[in-house]
Amino acid sequence: MDALTWIAIASIVMVGLTTGFGTMAPALAEGKAVSVTLSALAQQPDASATITRTLFVGLAMIESTAIYCFVVSMILIFANPFWNTALAAAGQAAQAAGK
Amino acid sequence: MRLTPDALIFWQYGFFKLNATIVFTWALMAVLVLGAALITRRLVTGHQRSRWQNLLEIVVTAIVSQIKDVGLKEPRRYLWFLGTLFLFVAASALATVIPGYEPPTASLSTTTALALCVLVAVPLFGISGQGLLGYLKSYLRPTPIMLPFNLISEATRTLALAVRLFGNMMSGAMIIAILLSITPFVFPVVMTVLGLLTGMVQAYIFTILAAVYIAAATRSSKAATPSVPDA
Repeated sequence: MDALTWIAIASIVMVGLTTGFGTMAPALAEGKAVSVTLSALAQQPDASATITRTLFVGLAMIESTAIYCFVVSMILIFANPFWNTALAAAGQAAQAAGK
Repeated sequence: MRLTPDALIFWQYGFFKLNATIVFTWALMAVLVLGAALITRRLVTGHQRSRWQNLLEIVVTAIVSQIKDVGLKEPRRYLWFLGTLFLFVAASALATVIPGYEPPTASLSTTTALALCVLVAVPLFGISGQGLLGYLKSYLRPTPIMLPFNLISEATRTLALAVRLFGNMMSGAMIIAILLSITPFVFPVVMTVLGLLTGMVQAYIFTILAAVYIAAATRSSKAATPSVPDA
């Protein structure tokens, strides 16, 4: 198999793995964070403003790791530099062979 | 499939490209500035105020109370910076209800620019609060061994701010674009509502994180240093 096929296979497989792992771990972490927040709110309802704000900041931190995985997946699918250069090289080789 | 509004170019002259990001950013700025100028032309302090003035007062007092909750002693000193950050990112997310509009914060250029503003503003506020020597000494807290890690954390915090906002806004736009081509119209509408919610949350997060970084930079060495989120 030529380089173009290898690049495509590697990109597709890694996109799936990246998105898969990138959604599992942050989901577990956010579930833990929300459950601890709920028990804290049950114990001290009058501190709910501080607790809720801290929860949101913490969730945004955890979410950002998921976003990193998503951005890498999008780059691999839509703006893949290896695929683009390999495609350009294959196009030039085909043009040179065709002349 | 277009990743960012940078790719949609309206007009080009040599090196300068007028792309959708610039157009929508300037449109947002025009709406915010003109709207604020029109509403604050005649401010009254009695009970007979217009509803627009009431709305702006609610927004400003909410931002001031949030800044004070984060730990900054004089919220009005930082209101001009943090309030502008929040209003720009929130307006950029809210305007997605207008068809044909793409949020300029869905482009990595805009979010990097906002994160660079925070990167520059934090030392400026720190120096004006603690003096140059006091601020530089804060890099040696808690021990001088932490100096390289503190410097690295400045850079990674900025990068995280930029990528977090970009990823959230870009993913919202992309999900809607993908769903529009596969499913009936009700699902993209639901995703647009979800995109509105995440846009407002991300605006709040951006502002609160900037406020926390500024609070950590202006806190005097005698007070206890808070734990600064560092992802």
